[in-house]
Amino acid sequence: MAHIDVTDQTFDKEVVQSSVPVLVDFWATWCGPCKMLTPIIDELAGEFADKVKIAKVDVDSNQASAQKYNILSIPTVILFKGGQPLNQLIGVQSKERYKEEISKVL
Amino acid sequence: MSSVYDVIILGSGPAGLTAGIYTSRAQLETLLFAGLKWGGQLQLTTLVENFPGFPQGIQGPDLMKNMRDQAEKFGTSIIDQEFTAADFSKKPFQINTNEKSYSAKTVIIATGADTLWLSVPGEKKLLGKGVSSCAPCDAFFYRGKKVAVVGGGDAAMEEALILTKFAKEVVLIHRRDKFRASKIMQERVLNHPKVKVIWKTTVKAVLGEDKVSGLKLKTENKGIWELAVEGIFVAIGHTPNSSKYKGIELDHKGFVKRKETYEGGLLRYFTSTNVPGVFTAGDIHDYRYKQAVTAAGYGCMAALDAEKYLEEEV
Repeated sequence: MAHIDVTDQTFDKEVVQSSVPVLVDFWATWCGPCKMLTPIIDELAGEFADKVKIAKVDVDSNQASAQKYNILSIPTVILFKGGQPLNQLIGVQSKERYKEEISKVL
Repeated sequence: MSSVYDVIILGSGPAGLTAGIYTSRAQLETLLFAGLKWGGQLQLTTLVENFPGFPQGIQGPDLMKNMRDQAEKFGTSIIDQEFTAADFSKKPFQINTNEKSYSAKTVIIATGADTLWLSVPGEKKLLGKGVSSCAPCDAFFYRGKKVAVVGGGDAAMEEALILTKFAKEVVLIHRRDKFRASKIMQERVLNHPKVKVIWKTTVKAVLGEDKVSGLKLKTENKGIWELAVEGIFVAIGHTPNSSKYKGIELDHKGFVKRKETYEGGLLRYFTSTNVPGVFTAGDIHDYRYKQAVTAAGYGCMAALDAEKYLEEEV
């Protein structure tokens, strides 16, 4: 299962109202480190299939969402459960680190 | 089970990748550890105007992509992982990750340098929440805001100029009464209407709860005072990534020491460390010049030193 691209318009439905935990990756096309995260995000999407939703938000075109969650640096990955932002990881981390955070919300 | 590489290169900035180009063109089996974030400091910069050969300049990430493609073209194997331990106590040298162990007859240490932080209260807590060291990365989030840049060298000038494109006001804070940056960069900054400079000032603390709200400053002849800002970009220098190198001589600041050796009055090795067969290149050693082109130059010399070592001593 691939990641889903979420916008300001779909954020509430896809992330806040999601019945499963959601990992949201805030990124931008001009952000080099964000590109390094792409394969890791794709692997996580495959490995956690139905248990965790993996979403990506392009901050360029979705500034409302970025501002709402106080994004001041990218990549920022936030783990949501029950609509609440529980934990966040700023900057590129290892795949193991993201898995560790995901297991805390499962 | 793995075979022994001729060369293992640690680091994927201009030093490491240039070394890879040279060793693989010399038909040496080359493995390069690129780390989680390959490409070094140039991945986080915008236009590089002073790397020779590019009169129009070249974007940092593009230059690094070119270097990586070039190294891979000639046969350098690149692992996009961090190594966890390096053992130089016996031959062949061992470089380990969490999963595997790799052996090599020679090693080139080129892991460069990382941001030197202020190490003041609040800085670590608010990292990514108003504290940054990369204007090209984060300036976008400070549109219309007032931000501070700390430093006096070219990096600080560059950070400030990039921020002027987004921020409402850029306050440049420096502990001395003049910058050490190149003249051209100083002029661009000092003439910019959005930039204000505060001299002879150090940062005592970063203030704010969930994000940066201000700085506690100390100015000579003025004492302690607070400046309200929404972001702080630290550009005071770099610290070498040398914590994993057991047995390798470092200077008192952690930079890898270089040992020149001569034979019969002629230079034999220029980039050797205290361990024969282990060489060094780039900002992990060079705190004086630290340019992309000097790192690349060092990478080439280290590669040629490794090649000579393999021919004559292994």
